[in-house]
Amino acid sequence: MIQNVKFQKSFNYAYIDEFTKKEIRRKTLKAVASPGYQVPYSSPEMPISRGWGTGGLHLSLSLVGPNDVFKVIDQGSDASVNACNLRLFVQEMTNCALTFDTAAATIIQTRHRVPEEILTEKQILVLQVPQPEPLRSVERHEAKTRVMHAEADYAKMWVTLYEAYVRSGQLRTGAGHPLMVNGRYVATPSPIPSWDVPNLSMARCLYLFGAGREKRIHAIPPFTRVEPLEFDDIRFKVEEFVGVKCSVTNEDKAFMDQIYDDDFNQSYVVNDSNFLDKLRQGPRPPQKLFTNPE
Amino acid sequence: MDHSLDTAPDNAWLLRVRNLTKIYGNATPGVLERTGPRFNSNICAKTGAVVACSNISFDLHPGEVLGIVGESGSGKSTLVQMLYFDQEPTSGEALFQPIEDGTVNLFDLSNQRKRQIRNHQMGMVYQNPRDGLNFRFSAGGNIAEKLLMANVFHVGRIRLRGADLLTKTEVPVKRMDESPARFSGGMQQRVQIAKAIANNPPLLLLDEVTSGLDVSVQAKVLDLIRGLQQDLGISMIVVSHDLGVIRMLTDRTMVLKHGHIVEQGLTDQILQDPQHAYTQLLVSSLL
Amino acid sequence: MGYVAVKGGQDAIENANKLVDYFRWKGRTEPIQLDQTKTQMRFAVDRAMGEGSLYAPEHAALALLQVEGDSFEAAFHLRAYRATLERRFVAETLNTREMLVHRRISSTFREIPGGQILGPTRDYSFRLLNPSLLNATLGSIDQFIQQLRDEIDSRKLHAMTTYKKVIDIFLQEGLMSREPRPGEDRRLFDVTREAIKFPVPRSAVLQMLARAETGALMCMAYSTMRGFGDSHQTVGEMRIGEVPVRVTDRRGRLRYVGKIKVTEAEMVGGGGRRGAQAAGAAPAPRFSIGYGLCFGQNETKAICMGMVESALRNPDPDKPANNQEFVLYHTEVIEGYGFTNHLKLPHYVTFQAGLEGYRRATRRNAEKAKEETVGAAATGGAE
Repeated sequence: MIQNVKFQKSFNYAYIDEFTKKEIRRKTLKAVASPGYQVPYSSPEMPISRGWGTGGLHLSLSLVGPNDVFKVIDQGSDASVNACNLRLFVQEMTNCALTFDTAAATIIQTRHRVPEEILTEKQILVLQVPQPEPLRSVERHEAKTRVMHAEADYAKMWVTLYEAYVRSGQLRTGAGHPLMVNGRYVATPSPIPSWDVPNLSMARCLYLFGAGREKRIHAIPPFTRVEPLEFDDIRFKVEEFVGVKCSVTNEDKAFMDQIYDDDFNQSYVVNDSNFLDKLRQGPRPPQKLFTNPE
Repeated sequence: MDHSLDTAPDNAWLLRVRNLTKIYGNATPGVLERTGPRFNSNICAKTGAVVACSNISFDLHPGEVLGIVGESGSGKSTLVQMLYFDQEPTSGEALFQPIEDGTVNLFDLSNQRKRQIRNHQMGMVYQNPRDGLNFRFSAGGNIAEKLLMANVFHVGRIRLRGADLLTKTEVPVKRMDESPARFSGGMQQRVQIAKAIANNPPLLLLDEVTSGLDVSVQAKVLDLIRGLQQDLGISMIVVSHDLGVIRMLTDRTMVLKHGHIVEQGLTDQILQDPQHAYTQLLVSSLL
Repeated sequence: MGYVAVKGGQDAIENANKLVDYFRWKGRTEPIQLDQTKTQMRFAVDRAMGEGSLYAPEHAALALLQVEGDSFEAAFHLRAYRATLERRFVAETLNTREMLVHRRISSTFREIPGGQILGPTRDYSFRLLNPSLLNATLGSIDQFIQQLRDEIDSRKLHAMTTYKKVIDIFLQEGLMSREPRPGEDRRLFDVTREAIKFPVPRSAVLQMLARAETGALMCMAYSTMRGFGDSHQTVGEMRIGEVPVRVTDRRGRLRYVGKIKVTEAEMVGGGGRRGAQAAGAAPAPRFSIGYGLCFGQNETKAICMGMVESALRNPDPDKPANNQEFVLYHTEVIEGYGFTNHLKLPHYVTFQAGLEGYRRATRRNAEKAKEETVGAAATGGAE
């Protein structure tokens, strides 16, 4: 008998059906087995808008179990409205525990930042990715970029870095510096600031990158060599924040947010909200700091 | 009559092409026999297939400049595009000394290998600069692309080499960081040439490189090419419909008609004493 | 900063939701019923079903009500709901020749087998605002329907039948071929199960166009008519009506599941097979169709889908509508809606990174300028 189920209400554990969760996990394993390679996946539609974290959600929901401790940040902050929304959704669908403490989380979903505090082998960082294809700005067609990756033909990517240097004196002026992962694939770290990039190489934790709208997953497994693209004589550099200190903690070795008050006065505050909390309470969590070459 | 020059000792060639054929459409047996200068057509009357090149064979020697002349539809551009892997041949082989001492057919190699050869061992200059240059990059960036493909990852050295090449090709170095979109036609061709020789390839292919240019500009670019050839000793294949270009640049020439070689030999001899009726026609219309 | 700030974010969301409700109800008008939306906002429901990729008129009506008429949000809700549903069967291919036709026209011939049936359409009405609509009552509705029924000639009713297709004319005369194009990728592909890679098979193209945003598809089709493409097509046949849906059950029996209303457009244009023409051989079939099919009555979408499908079979880098990647990516309603609106999310970190980069460049230029002036002074001359 064919049953008619109107206005069906109950959801599977973690919202996504088991068949699809298995598919996402298989593709994730494939991504981990080929560091930096973008694995296409089904990317089912979610109740949250495309471009607002569906890829990150797919990964988190395929991984979170009732014993997990889940943290979500957006632009480094647990308080960001979209992070709150995602957090509520994941908890409702999985009944997992929640935390704002970076060290206590087993799975952290993030948009556009890597936490300042070093992550361990017990942790997975799930990054939300708007555009997983680092070559998209140089080649608009997916059919061609696929071939470029297959043949390790990255010359055009390098030329854009060369041109950026010639025009502005540095390899890039924004976030999302392209990486060479495990010496084979050029991948994007998602739009994280250069400040965060050194955390990706030879890390203890697993990095997963989910692009829901573009339907691709890629990964950087633990202890993988990750090299930001740079020339022999023009080297990769992180943001410098010259002469800047956090107005709350006086800290100067963290990524900063620029803040304006009602009188247009400018000040800086440490961006990572949990890191800021810990700086105030102590002790200072371990960081991986990078010194810019000369 | 065939002033063929396969008389050189067998190991003195740089590039050896045998039976290179390109057919568009239905390549049924007998197509080659039903087309060509005898029929005054590339098109097979029976199947409608178009034979662009029919069993082309020749040798190119180190340091030599070989001309290929013919009218539109003669197959000369298709030939050179196949050698540069822009198009796939229907059949035939090309042996190239720098690749395994000329023992493998280039067309059997993987895409990756072909790309490597295009980057390191061959250079190509197209009639339309947009085919050889990326206008979204600067002139220096275009040259950089070639150097980067040869694993030169040093900006200082890239710029030095770029400036050096632009000087050699008489492009003002101070325009290195501009897009070639802003350059005159002649200068765009010069940038193409600079890019093509960036990795000192043993073989340079030139496909109607001056055909779109003013006569006076043509002369200058041809001069440049001739000078470069003498300085660097690169082997070249020069495709043109213009016998004047052929006369100026080449040592030997092949005349193509409807996909077939109708005559080949020393350029001087062909110009002075053309044997085939078609060649005679071309020579007589030479200004 | 921690917990208090987070609570602030959550409070904001809760209040936002309350405010949305408030703006819906503050007029204190009679709540609209599901039936009313379903029956009196027919085109909105049909469009939502098409873009939501789910044939479920009541769910579509609920979605529209819930989002106060926002067509993007309505399609979004339906898609999200669809993703939670279990896939129990795959239907047999619809046969639109079985259609119970409501409307059926052809622009290619003046008279066609079965006749031109205008059906329910506003195409030939005057677009004048009509406030008398507001005077309708259940009583006046009953009267209207009764009058209409009285006008029906029962003899004509018995003569109703299914209709042959206009393309049969083309097939009969050898102007169109049943053969698939040589080399056409005929794999059956489900874009909701597998990520696409280009070039995609025809089934994926049709599926994506059927789910595409109506306005975006119209933009693409329109461009082909205005010099950004080379559309020379006419409506071979457009038919709207109900088609039976059947599935094969677990025991292999064919079962009728219900009927759905669809709009089908077969756009006829030149350009059958290409390729060299051998002299003396019969000319290759001259016409091919661009095919459009969507849920409900959405004529614009079906016609534009047919035009775009046709354009996509002739890839051309100069024409946006002839570029598979351009069309399929950018007419995808949920992805487009999500990504354009995602710009409302905070981007201050990427912005900050960019600012720092710009500042570093400025510092470098200032240093360089200083070096140059020092150098000039040292050499004692002006540059």
